[in-house]
This record gives sequence, C-alpha cells and structure tokens, in this order.
Amino acid sequence: MINKKVNNVQQALHGVKDHMTLMLGGFGLCGIPENAIAELVRLNVKNVTCISNNAGVDDFGLGLLLQNKQIKKMISSYVGENDEFERQMLSGELEVELTPQGTLAEKCRAAQAGFPAFYTPAGFGTEVAEGKETREFDGKMYVLEPAFKADFAFVKAWKGDAAGNLVFKGTSRNFNPNMCGAAVITVVEVEDLVEVGELDPNHIHIPGIFVQRIFEGANYEKRIEQRTVRQKQ
Amino acid sequence: MALDKNGIAKRIAQEVQDGFYVNLGIGIPTLVANYVREDIEVEFQSENGVLGMGPFPFDGEEDADIINAGKQTITTMPGASFFDSATSFAMIRGKHVDLTILGAMEVAENGDIANWKIPEKMVKGMGGAMDLVASAENIIVAMMHTNKRGESKILKQCSLPLTGVGCVTKVVTNLAVLEVKDKAFHLLERAPGVSVEEIQNATEGTLVVKGDIPEMSL
Repeated sequence: MINKKVNNVQQALHGVKDHMTLMLGGFGLCGIPENAIAELVRLNVKNVTCISNNAGVDDFGLGLLLQNKQIKKMISSYVGENDEFERQMLSGELEVELTPQGTLAEKCRAAQAGFPAFYTPAGFGTEVAEGKETREFDGKMYVLEPAFKADFAFVKAWKGDAAGNLVFKGTSRNFNPNMCGAAVITVVEVEDLVEVGELDPNHIHIPGIFVQRIFEGANYEKRIEQRTVRQKQ
Repeated sequence: MALDKNGIAKRIAQEVQDGFYVNLGIGIPTLVANYVREDIEVEFQSENGVLGMGPFPFDGEEDADIINAGKQTITTMPGASFFDSATSFAMIRGKHVDLTILGAMEVAENGDIANWKIPEKMVKGMGGAMDLVASAENIIVAMMHTNKRGESKILKQCSLPLTGVGCVTKVVTNLAVLEVKDKAFHLLERAPGVSVEEIQNATEGTLVVKGDIPEMSL
C-alpha cells in the first residue's frame, strides 16, 4: 500500500502559491472541498485561477475567496448565485471564462485520461466557439476544446483510505471524480478516513493512483442552497 | 385564455412517452414531472448526476448531498443511480436521453435558441444548456410567447447571444404549440380560447397556419 495520508489540511495544501491554477470539485455547494477552501483563505494566496462549476455564494464556498479578492480568473459554467462575483465581473476586476457544463467536465476528464483535446458539439455557432478550431464529422459541426492544465485539484469524497481509494455519496460526486488526477497534485478531503482494507474493492469509485494526498476533513457545514420539501399529507 | 406556467407544463407532459429518459431544465420544465401520466414508466435525469429523480423530500428528511440541477433538495426513486459529471454529459452528448425540456428567452424560426445571457445585464452562465441543445434530437422549449412588455419572443432571428443553433423542434407557450421546421413556426394547437389571430399578433417569426387549428386538450 502506497500511503497518501497527510495529517492535516496544512500539509495537504503545502506548495500552493500565488498565480496557480486550482480545480475545485462541487456542484453549487454540494460536494465542495470545505476544508481546502478554508485553508486557501487562511493562506491568502492571490491571483489564482479557479476551475469550478460554480463560484459558491457570497459567504460560503468559493465566495469566501472572492470576498478576499484572491481569484484572478474563474472558469465555470454557472455563476448565478453570487452578488460579489457579479460585481467583480462587471467591474472587470475578475476575469471569467464561461464554459458549457459538459465541456467543463470533459476538460477535466481529458486531463485525467491523457487527452490533449477533444471535439464536442456544445457551443458550436455561439460565442463560446469564437476563435476555436471547428470541424465537421458526419455532417455535424464540432468545436475543439483543450484539456485543462492545473497545479492542484481539491476534491471532496465521502469515504476514503490511506491508499487514496475513494467513495462518493449522492450527487456530491459531481465533478469530484473527474478532477482526480487531472492536476499535478490531487488533494482529497473525506468525511470518513477508514482503515485500508475496509472499502470493498468492488465499490471504489476512484482508485488511489489518481490521488497524491488524502486527509479527514473537519466541521463540515454542508449548507443547502435551495431547501425544498413537501408536507406529509 | 392563455395558459399559466402549470398549463404549459401540463401540455408538455403529454409529449412524454413510456420508456423515456427525460432531462428537465429549471423553471417551467421542472413542473412537467407533476403532470406525467401515472401509467407510464419515465426516468428523470438531472445533469448534476442523478437518474431516477423523485419528488421533493418530506420536511426534515432533506439531504444536502442529494440535489437536482436547480440545487433543490430531492429524493430518488427505486432503481435510481448517481454518477459523475462526465458520465452525466456522456448520457446527454451520446444521445441516450430521449427528451430535453428547457426554458428560453428567445427562439427563432430556424431553431436557434437563446437562454443564457443578456449582455451587460445578466450573465449567469449556460450551465448544461449548451451541451443539451447541441446533442439532443428531441428538444421542447417551454416559454411565454411574449415578454412583459408584450413583445414577441418567437422571432425571425434571435437578438441575444445564442445557446445553440438550429436545434429546437417544438415550442409550447402560454398561447400555442409550435413545430419548428423549414425555417418557420408551424402552428399545431391553440391554448383554450386563444384565436389564431392572437397567436399571429404575438409571433414575430414566420407562422405557418394550415387548415383548422385545434385547441389543446388539457
């Protein structure tokens, strides 16, 4: 067993510097690496580029880095729930690259899987395709999209072990598995770090080979963005 | 009388067939699930990573780790599955999803759709909409026929930045059911009590009216 376990979030984020490109898992506030984000705020690294489907809300998730003016550029598919984001974007302080959600996921997966680029139909004929190479296959037009290049990927999983094997829960899985191994260093925080051998090899979603550092996170808030319920009859 | 949002959803639900995997967008499309016939088997896909979505949870049973693409807490049905985002869009891009229902700010007679950006006013992003419209072969748009100022959103050409080109096949509005083909909107059905003339007046794009146009049965 190759040991990926580090003792705490400080060790896990060792080497994160200004101007780096960071991937962060999560969809909305679901499955975001809460401990890594808190440590990024504490480290106060500046001018970072963040690849993340969303940008959090004003006072949680990546919104915390935005409030702290640490982000130079965001690469996301949807950024609708964040006033500070909108203010920084419209004032030009923040550079934003909006990318279709499936393309965003595939740009992660391509980096993970060793593909330099891929063709997708998403965005053809729109401003997303401007300046990009396009090509026809079987009568349909496609846009060439390059894989991401990132320094760190911050991932949140439900369970994991010191070998780096991961299991995700519900829709908090989202972009997290696609970002594992898609950056130079993949840092995973889990709710429950179990003994090696405890996870059934048949049930592992991401094998440890894609992970460099793993630690058990603390104090998960798991905030719900849109609490919607029905009443019992 | 023109339909309300639930009326539009009710009419679109008639397009959902037994054995369909369906992706529902945010807004009116989400309401469609409430009106699908109970004697057919349908699975709802949400692009954040769930197939087999169920109704909202009971108060106190919500789980922060189980949400839909609108970030609402949801439940799952027996036979449901969770998956990562790349797999989710493999279902969409790979045309495994049978029907896509989404909202729009504008549609054009050539099938173009705009629903993600109003320059200098609203830039929330496209989310999964560009992937959905670029790949799906069966796209129904749910929308109001006109904006709050009474101006048509059923156009010759979209004025807003596009989400996709030549992709919309059917539009259901508060006034009509329209099929989009041969660079025109073909009027299929009228909302109850709405005249062909009212629909013509509310439509800026080319409207083809052939024979008697039936009222929707809801």
